[in-house]
Amino acid sequence: MLTAEERAEIEAEFPRYPNRKAVCIDAMKIVQKHRGWLADDALRDIGELLEMSAADLDGVATFYNLLFRRPVGRHVIYLCDSVSCWIMGSDRQCKHLSERLKIEPGETTADGRFTLLPVVCLGACDRAPVMMIDDDTHFDLNPEKIDGILERYG
Amino acid sequence: MPYEKPLTGNMRPDGEALDRQAYERAGGYEGLRKVLKGMTPAAVAGEVKNSNLRGRGGAGFSTGLKWSFISERAPHPRYLVANGDEMEPGTFKDRLLVERDPHQLIEGMAIAGYATGTDVAYIFLRGEYKVGGQRVARAIAEAYEAGYLGRNILNSGYSLELYLHMSAGRYMCGEETGMLNALEGKRANPRAKPPFPPASGLFGKPTTINNVETLCNVPHIIRNGAAWYRGLSKSQDGGTKLYGASGKVNRPGLWELPMGTTIREILDEHAGGMREGHRFRGLLPGGASTDFLTEQHLDVAMDFNEVQKAGSRMGTGTMIILDDKTCPVGMLANLEHFFAQESCGWCTPCWSGLAWVERILGAMEEGRGQPGDLDKLAFQTRFWAPGHTFCALAPGAAEPLQSALKYFRTDFERHITEKRCPWK
Ligand SMILES: Cc1cc2nc3c(=O)[nH]c(=O)nc-3n(C[C@H](O)[C@H](O)[C@H](O)COP(=O)(O)O)c2cc1C
Ligand code: SF4
Repeated sequence: MLTAEERAEIEAEFPRYPNRKAVCIDAMKIVQKHRGWLADDALRDIGELLEMSAADLDGVATFYNLLFRRPVGRHVIYLCDSVSCWIMGSDRQCKHLSERLKIEPGETTADGRFTLLPVVCLGACDRAPVMMIDDDTHFDLNPEKIDGILERYG
Repeated sequence: MPYEKPLTGNMRPDGEALDRQAYERAGGYEGLRKVLKGMTPAAVAGEVKNSNLRGRGGAGFSTGLKWSFISERAPHPRYLVANGDEMEPGTFKDRLLVERDPHQLIEGMAIAGYATGTDVAYIFLRGEYKVGGQRVARAIAEAYEAGYLGRNILNSGYSLELYLHMSAGRYMCGEETGMLNALEGKRANPRAKPPFPPASGLFGKPTTINNVETLCNVPHIIRNGAAWYRGLSKSQDGGTKLYGASGKVNRPGLWELPMGTTIREILDEHAGGMREGHRFRGLLPGGASTDFLTEQHLDVAMDFNEVQKAGSRMGTGTMIILDDKTCPVGMLANLEHFFAQESCGWCTPCWSGLAWVERILGAMEEGRGQPGDLDKLAFQTRFWAPGHTFCALAPGAAEPLQSALKYFRTDFERHITEKRCPWK
């Protein structure tokens, strides 16, 4: 079941679109914000409100990079792997993160603290290499700087 | 020489957004007042057409002409969408505009909305642009409060609702019909055209789609006139342009300059030249999906026609610089990995060909290149030509590859004959 809060946030989107189906991406983002990821029962809950099947929602969810159909850690690291960051050495930053967290890109640390995901160009190419952790963007990365940044995310 | 910078000149040096009052003090919302008081929608579209404003999303289509495709008799509701998806690798210009001056975009949309008789508008913003999203949301609320949005704007009888949509992330959301599907809560596959969006767009209604930077120019054109706007430019295309440079230059950055500024001036004077120990080899003039240019093209003026004459596209105007310490094959492997990952899977030449090309380039980087690989790569780029696929992603993927095969051919060949990447 959707919580009262989830439901209220989704319903607040209704007036912005002419039909309920159009709200589904916003709805999935809202539920993901509260639950971390979109499990099958999350899709069923959303589907009931929007009058869509869970299969339809799955079809939409699997298209989008920022909708997670698998569990993620408490914090998600989005490391830019596009061309400007690559020129500026993002491979080395990725390797450093992998070694430090003992996970490959796409995986979650054993303690559930971090998930490491490569992401398309974050639009800050003049300050490459760049990554986001949750909602914050971090610029001009190097291994020492990354170590300091990770400390801030418990 | 000081240049006039209508788009960025008023931005706060501390990096915060201009609020409504500060935007108004700089002449903000005067353009909207002007059109609502005394211009017909057709006159607004005409003024913008005369300004020679060409779309900043990459294709360079005349903005005024695009607006005139919405006929007076077109049914309602009509929609307008600002394209702020900005997932083109190497592109970082719309982020600045939404983060630092969101009211400029809102005013541009209100004027565009009036010119096209739009009832409902959306700002489609990349999900990762969190700061931009918060600032745009706040600015929309401020604009509603001041009566610049909503019912009966400034007592003119014109009404416009404006909403923000934060994307869930996929390059195809930037393709205009993919974007419409995303707004309808679907997968962002593109739509077959015709019908084009002005006839049948969002929710099947007449729809106009413009890039964020395009729309940000509009208030200034209306306030100061088409002739003034044309005069800002050094070329036939009107206005200023946000140019950028990333890679191994001394001062990577973003600059608002007269349209038609040469590549050399942008690289030398604004980006500060190449970093010590690095030599210039080439550049992608406007994002991942544009053809390489090289040393011989440094005096090309950055505008739509001139860059095209040089064999590339201006695209988004944000240049990615290739230096001699960076492997061109590695760069292509990175670029084609991006296109392969973001292909929506609708057309076979795109999804299948990109996966194949990604494998060939990856193998070359690991020293497993085969004689004949270059022909295979060239064959694929021809297979992705416009007209073979539903959208321009595949033709875009062809551009850096076909030009790299031309300009950096010996580098590709060395990977194969030496059975290793000479840069590793
Ligand atoms: C794969 C693909 C991605 C695109 N991404 C963007 C984008 O992020 N932003 C944008 O403004 N245009 C993008 N475009 C171009 C749009 O389809 C469209 O031409 C543009 O938004 C029109 O606005 P304009 O006339 O103001 O340039 C993309 C096109 C393709 C084929
Ligand atoms: S060209 Fe590629 S991205 Fe575009 S519709 Fe075809 S498969 Fe999808």
